[in-house]
Amino acid sequence: MDFYHDHILTIILLTPLVGVLALFLVPSENKNAIRWVGNITTFLGFLISLPLAFWFSKESSSEVFRFVEKADWIPSIGAQYHLGVDGISFLMVMMTTVLGFLATLSSWSAIKNRAKEYYAFFLVLQTGMLGVFMALDFFLFYVFWEVMLVPMYFIIGVWGGSRKLYAAIKFFLYTLTGSVLLLLGILALYFRFHSDTGNLTFDILQFMQHDWPFDLQFWVFWAFFVGFAIKVPMFPFHTWLPDAHVQAPTAGSVILAGVLLKMGTYGFLRFNLSMLPEASSDPWIVNVMITLSIIAIIYGALVSLMQRDMKKLIAYSSVSHLGFCTLGIFALNFHGISGSVIQQINHGISTGALFLIVGLIYERRHTREIKEFGGISNVMPIYATIFLIITMSSIGMPALNGFIGEFTILQGAFQVNKIWAVWAVAGIILGAAYMLWLYQRTMFGACDNPKNKVLKDLNLREFATLAPLVVWAFWIGLYPKPYFEVLEPAVTNIVQRVNPDLSKAKRVEVGKGLSLPSKGMEAKSINNKIHIEKVENPAWNTLDDSGFRYPAIRSPLMSNELMPNFKSFNKTSPSDL
Amino acid sequence: MWTEFFRFEDFVAIKPEIILSLFAVGILITDFMLAKKDKYLNAITALVGLAFAGTAVVVDWMRRGGLPYHGFGGAIVNDDFFTYFSLIFIISTALVVLVSVKYLEIEGAHYGEYYALLLFSVVGMMFLACGTDLIVLFISLELMAISGYILAGFLRQEARSNEAALKYFLLGAFSSGILLYGMSLLFGLSGSTQINIISEQLTKISSNGPIVWLAMATIAVGIFFKVAAAPFHQWTPDVYEGAPTTITAFMSVAPKAGAFALLMRMFLDCIWPLHPDWKIFVIAVAVITMTVGNLAALTQDNVKRLLAYSSIAHVGYILLGLVAAAEGSSTGLQGMAIYLLVYAFMNMGAFAIIISLRQKDCTGEKVDDLSGLFVRSPGCAFLMLIFLLSLAGIPPTAGFIGKYFIFLALIETGYYTLAVVAVLYVVVALYYYFRIVVAMFMKPSPDGRELSVSPGTWVALAVTTILTLGIGILPNWVILKAEQAVRPFIQ
Repeated sequence: MDFYHDHILTIILLTPLVGVLALFLVPSENKNAIRWVGNITTFLGFLISLPLAFWFSKESSSEVFRFVEKADWIPSIGAQYHLGVDGISFLMVMMTTVLGFLATLSSWSAIKNRAKEYYAFFLVLQTGMLGVFMALDFFLFYVFWEVMLVPMYFIIGVWGGSRKLYAAIKFFLYTLTGSVLLLLGILALYFRFHSDTGNLTFDILQFMQHDWPFDLQFWVFWAFFVGFAIKVPMFPFHTWLPDAHVQAPTAGSVILAGVLLKMGTYGFLRFNLSMLPEASSDPWIVNVMITLSIIAIIYGALVSLMQRDMKKLIAYSSVSHLGFCTLGIFALNFHGISGSVIQQINHGISTGALFLIVGLIYERRHTREIKEFGGISNVMPIYATIFLIITMSSIGMPALNGFIGEFTILQGAFQVNKIWAVWAVAGIILGAAYMLWLYQRTMFGACDNPKNKVLKDLNLREFATLAPLVVWAFWIGLYPKPYFEVLEPAVTNIVQRVNPDLSKAKRVEVGKGLSLPSKGMEAKSINNKIHIEKVENPAWNTLDDSGFRYPAIRSPLMSNELMPNFKSFNKTSPSDL
Repeated sequence: MWTEFFRFEDFVAIKPEIILSLFAVGILITDFMLAKKDKYLNAITALVGLAFAGTAVVVDWMRRGGLPYHGFGGAIVNDDFFTYFSLIFIISTALVVLVSVKYLEIEGAHYGEYYALLLFSVVGMMFLACGTDLIVLFISLELMAISGYILAGFLRQEARSNEAALKYFLLGAFSSGILLYGMSLLFGLSGSTQINIISEQLTKISSNGPIVWLAMATIAVGIFFKVAAAPFHQWTPDVYEGAPTTITAFMSVAPKAGAFALLMRMFLDCIWPLHPDWKIFVIAVAVITMTVGNLAALTQDNVKRLLAYSSIAHVGYILLGLVAAAEGSSTGLQGMAIYLLVYAFMNMGAFAIIISLRQKDCTGEKVDDLSGLFVRSPGCAFLMLIFLLSLAGIPPTAGFIGKYFIFLALIETGYYTLAVVAVLYVVVALYYYFRIVVAMFMKPSPDGRELSVSPGTWVALAVTTILTLGIGILPNWVILKAEQAVRPFIQ
């Protein structure tokens, strides 16, 4: 058990690869055995990752990164096998294992030819994605980041729709362009760190604590930006996404929307904000990022309104939803960032489920044209109910997950700039419009198309793929406290690094009230941009006064709670060494 | 300093070359006695010779313990650089021999001279890697090249092969002439043919007059011809297309590494004092080479031509390592050495697949001939995928490690624009490599016949796969060896 506990990340990471080996032993003709091996592996992957959820909050909470594993890999260049998760990556890992299982389960009858390779590629993809979220070594991260492109290329290119080859290579080339520039950014940091400290290392934790000069931060920010913005995708780089989503098989779309896009936002949080805090909080850069986010929100929603193809509609809605996530990230405060992470999970749940829903109807009718449908709720009531719940989740109805995420992001944005929040709210309204309109056109009305009258409702397997997502949507919607708790240390850590301006005005007055150990200590804390903010947050109060009880976010910024974090941060800060 | 010119130790130092020459002559003699169906024994003889030579190189390396041995009055040096490159030559030639047997039988050109010429060519390359005297370097370059001219025209019934040989010969002779002209100028300037003396003399010449510049330019152009850098690359696609595929594989790997060994000796030692001048020249050539190679490869329908242009593009990357090295970056040197090593294996692997496509009724040279390879032989298709990913530089394959060092060296020396250009060409390269992947995995096979792969080819594929993935995942040992190999050149 101890071994399991200490190496849980490696075990989670390697489980899919064991499945690949098992697949090689099964003859290609035995399709059912192949399916079972594929599904059992991803289910096992999920089960194995479950203890992580129980152990995560029980770990001594002074360390932001937990379950750390470290071993030498390529000593001559300082690359290490270094894994670990904080609150953000922990949630991403869990989402990957859950969606990975549901996506394989949904492929049971959808994938008819070359099943063996399909499951093999899927499992390799799973390892790649998990590795991206777990890696604490930049070299290792980059390897996983690239490895994952190949199986996704094949999943789109072999099992995709009519324009699959175009979509697949477009996906690959776009993301690769971003990745190679990302590589240059990594190398620039690596080289600078070496000349500053004499250490050859790709250690992400050390990079986070290093004081990079601003001009380096500025250029590396843009190198990283291209890499991550293409992945998210942010506004001008989004054109690969509709093609890839529409052409990919259902499971591919689910993973693409649910996990792959999150790698971009995760990259922003983990690398841009944490490593390049001055560049990330540079007003000019923030304005560019926010503008692009808002354009994505509005533009994605408007384009969704115009779509005739259900899958394309959902694909563009992803652009809009991910716009919210990047908006939250570049609000650079606790609410914005934690809301953004929650919204990333929500998007995985709701958009993942929507792709599954579209996939189910496509398997039955072999079309996704909205005008082919109507009145489906008469023939497929269970299907329609689940679709309705997920639609509500997607448009951010209270009591469902989407609301929590969008609300928290708006709160974060509102604290910084009210105009941003206004634009974002316009996106929410448009979001409700296209989703409800889609629902109305497909599910309601008379079922007058004879082809639709004979449709069968969900079978048990199909229900089983959707039910967990519905439950999850309600869980986050009704009781998000554990999520915020898990996120708190990680997000606080990022905010401390990145946001000096927010609390600058208040620092003096707070400083009076706090007994800092010494004068020197205070100076250090300023150098490292630790900001102690005792906030009487106006946004919070108004909302509380208006009768809304915000679901229990413990304020991380209250001074008594901040102190432990503050100490642990100082312990490891480079200026102390 | 050198009291005796021919010492016994000198001959010990060139033992691997002597072994290979003896085996080559032996093949020529025994070939007469072999019946047509027994010609494969020549291949076995060649492999044994290469194995002996390889062992000799390794034994020598362990005996030397890192110290260089200068022999023949300073005409050769047996150092880690020599060991490193010799092993590249020997292993890649052994792989070529393994894939040649079946190919030559199908082509009906299974003669013993083929193997003998391969071995002579390796001898030439090894002297290129150890020569420190212009005369030695030039003769060994010619030994390597002339064997290559004959091998390119080995399919004497085929017009394409003859054309390739003639083109290769004319342009090769032309470039050798230019190179020799440069060497004579260097001799005139310094009064010596020894590299280290020339280097010292060039340092002393304070004014960089036109003669010095001309010497530098002719040397550079001559060598760029040999490594197939644009705009001196015109012979490459035609020769690669026309030559027997096994020889194309050979030329794109071993003589290329040999020419780069010469390039490193010349640029980093002999004309190093002129590096402020040749640096700009190399930058221009590297950028043009990457551009020409990558863009021309986009439209090729013949896999051999495609790989020819891709090999030109790879030369561009390796030259970027030289650019960084000109700024004194040891990472750049290391990158060149690692790149040449990994390129040898991944390219050899890709060619092994193309060679095994050659059947009685199928040349296997068109991209379309790879259609449905996945159905015909899933194993081959997946191995080809690994080699192509490695050529494109996607981790965790060896190709990424090579590119990693080149990019890092450019970042270290502040060539950010060059670095951006270089990484963006990775994306272009991926596109044309993936045209092959699309054919293999996503197009139906015309007849769906199972592909029969000879045992020799399987061995070659196994070795190249293990090295391509092994160096990609656990590169530490190779990185350290490459660092040792380039140590003589660290300024």
